[in-house]
Amino acid sequence: MIHQDSKVLLEVSGLCANVNGTEILKGLNLTVRSGEIHAIMGPNGSGKSTFSKILAGHSAYEVTGGTVMFEGQDLLELAPEERARAGVFLAFQYPIEIPGVGNSQFLRLTYNTVQTHRGKEELDPLEFDDFVREKMKLLEMSPDFLERSVNEGFSGGEKKRNEILQMAMLDPRLAILDETDSGLDIDALRVVAGGVNQLANKDNAIVLVTHYQRLLNYIVPDYVHVMEAGRIIKTGGKELALELESRGYDWVGVEHKAAMGAQA
Amino acid sequence: MSASATVNASYLENLLAGQPHLPASPLAWLNALRAEAVDRVGALTVPTLRDEEWRFTDISMLTKMSFHPVRTTISLQVADIERFYIEEATTRLVFVDGVYAPQLSSAATDHGISVLNLEAGFAAHAAAIEPYLGRLTEFHNNVFAALNTAFLHDTALIVVPRDISVKVPVHLLFIATQKDVVSYPRCLILAESGSAVTVIEDYVSLQEDAYFTNAVTEIALVDNARVNHIRVQREGAKAFHIANCAVSVARASNYQSVSVAFGARISRYNLNVKLAEGAECAVDGLALISGRQLADTHTCIDHAKPQAISNQMHKCIVGGSAHAVFNGKVMVRQDAQRTDSKQSNRNLLLTSKAHVDTKPQLEIFADDVKCTHGATIGQLDDEEVFYLQSRGLSDTAARNMLTYAFGAEIIERIPISSLKYQLEQTVLEQTSAQL
Repeated sequence: MIHQDSKVLLEVSGLCANVNGTEILKGLNLTVRSGEIHAIMGPNGSGKSTFSKILAGHSAYEVTGGTVMFEGQDLLELAPEERARAGVFLAFQYPIEIPGVGNSQFLRLTYNTVQTHRGKEELDPLEFDDFVREKMKLLEMSPDFLERSVNEGFSGGEKKRNEILQMAMLDPRLAILDETDSGLDIDALRVVAGGVNQLANKDNAIVLVTHYQRLLNYIVPDYVHVMEAGRIIKTGGKELALELESRGYDWVGVEHKAAMGAQA
Repeated sequence: MSASATVNASYLENLLAGQPHLPASPLAWLNALRAEAVDRVGALTVPTLRDEEWRFTDISMLTKMSFHPVRTTISLQVADIERFYIEEATTRLVFVDGVYAPQLSSAATDHGISVLNLEAGFAAHAAAIEPYLGRLTEFHNNVFAALNTAFLHDTALIVVPRDISVKVPVHLLFIATQKDVVSYPRCLILAESGSAVTVIEDYVSLQEDAYFTNAVTEIALVDNARVNHIRVQREGAKAFHIANCAVSVARASNYQSVSVAFGARISRYNLNVKLAEGAECAVDGLALISGRQLADTHTCIDHAKPQAISNQMHKCIVGGSAHAVFNGKVMVRQDAQRTDSKQSNRNLLLTSKAHVDTKPQLEIFADDVKCTHGATIGQLDDEEVFYLQSRGLSDTAARNMLTYAFGAEIIERIPISSLKYQLEQTVLEQTSAQL
């Protein structure tokens, strides 16, 4: 929901970044206020996933220019775990599997770690069990998820539910969902999107990174941004997604170049 | 004779010095077996790095030290050793420096199963064990197995009669209490046709000085039997541990083994499994070492007959400047058609000085078989560490969790909850101490 007077959560300006010496982001600008849902769309290789990983603090990416402010603090100064504790959450496109560690053990450790750093009470195993089971209902997850090893042998849909479950638990101010719709059948997509919609509120913000418009039928964005070659080249409302779906991405680039040419 | 050969010979003579004091057995074949073993020790030499089977494992340190058989046994109280007990395993044999301790043991001769010291088992089982004791282990070419056999006396004997399935696990606890002592733990497990049993073979120490454990275990599964064999090597930090285990898995039997090695300065475990037609085995292992430890695991799975299945997962977690060795041979003989064999060896190096030598060996002489094997050596995956950090865990906590998980995947396969919990705690402590 757009409220012009709501507070700015994330302010990205002129962000440039390299991976292995190749420039991927080339001056990206984005402002996200609390209560908003943003969709970042764009063709493969446009830098969408790189951008989400940089926000979460992945060390493989080298930031070479620009700034990222999160609730008034310099996000780039923080280690990945400090960002998580401060309220940044990244739902991974490919969540990792950890055979040998029980999902409930993992979830409780992450929850309690983050709670402690936010100056809140930890939950003991019994209290946590009640808490997490309540959250699991949101995503129609069966309780046996807790007994299994983290993501091990999970289907694509189960992994994504487990990601959104963590989002529900950790209660972030800014959630970045990286290709959360990939690998989901239509039923799983409906459940995952339903969970996200229930988690969205006036105090947090969600950035959906997606290649396809499909997800946006279920989670309706306030803004749609088109990324190309490491920049956001067009921003519009939710109707822009539909236009991209029918016309593809090429015309946006052409229009952008023409506009740049006209300016010059 | 070269200087090193002389040192070698006198070292073995030294070790053999205590042997004549062994009381003679009432069984002529057993006395003959020992005498034969003494002869073999005389003919064999201590292996060096020049021996193919020992090329990664330098035991010269062992030969520079002098060990003697136990002279006086220390009398232990239950309170001294209670912490090693495994809740579920109420049948227990305890050996202190290799000597049977009846007052600490709870032998079993009821419920159909016999769990007792060899001497006590002669009357009832002499004929049954004769084909296996000292026969499954090929001590003729193995100086350590020959030494153990020369000293064959106190022995953990488990006989599971036909069609008896034993629910209560059996705990064989070998406790080292004295420095400079060499002990010769020995186990014989005989699972008769259609029987099932779970056995924990456990090596612990009450002291931190150097000592030498030279163990031999023989396991015979007659048709349709099932044996779960859990081996825990948690010796003292300066210990030498050399062990040989030979398993014969007869038709349609199932041998499941999980062995973990945490302790000892230098340890070597040789496991040989021979599979008959339709037999199955799972041979899993974990070595978790640090400092200057060396842990060597040599396994040989011999598909001698058709349609046998073998699965093996061996993992090493190596910290400090420790050194792990894995040599995993899978032999598929000409006769062994429709063999199904999977082997995987994964190694995690926690420091730049940690070292692993791995050698998977597949030798296939049959043509209709399915065999896979693979070995990996690596550090923790950065993507995995990042995932956990992105959930709020510190870099250290993330690495601890992943290291723990790497080891826990093997520990999880142990079918005894309290032991599993105990070992998981050990992995947790050791992995957090190292990072």
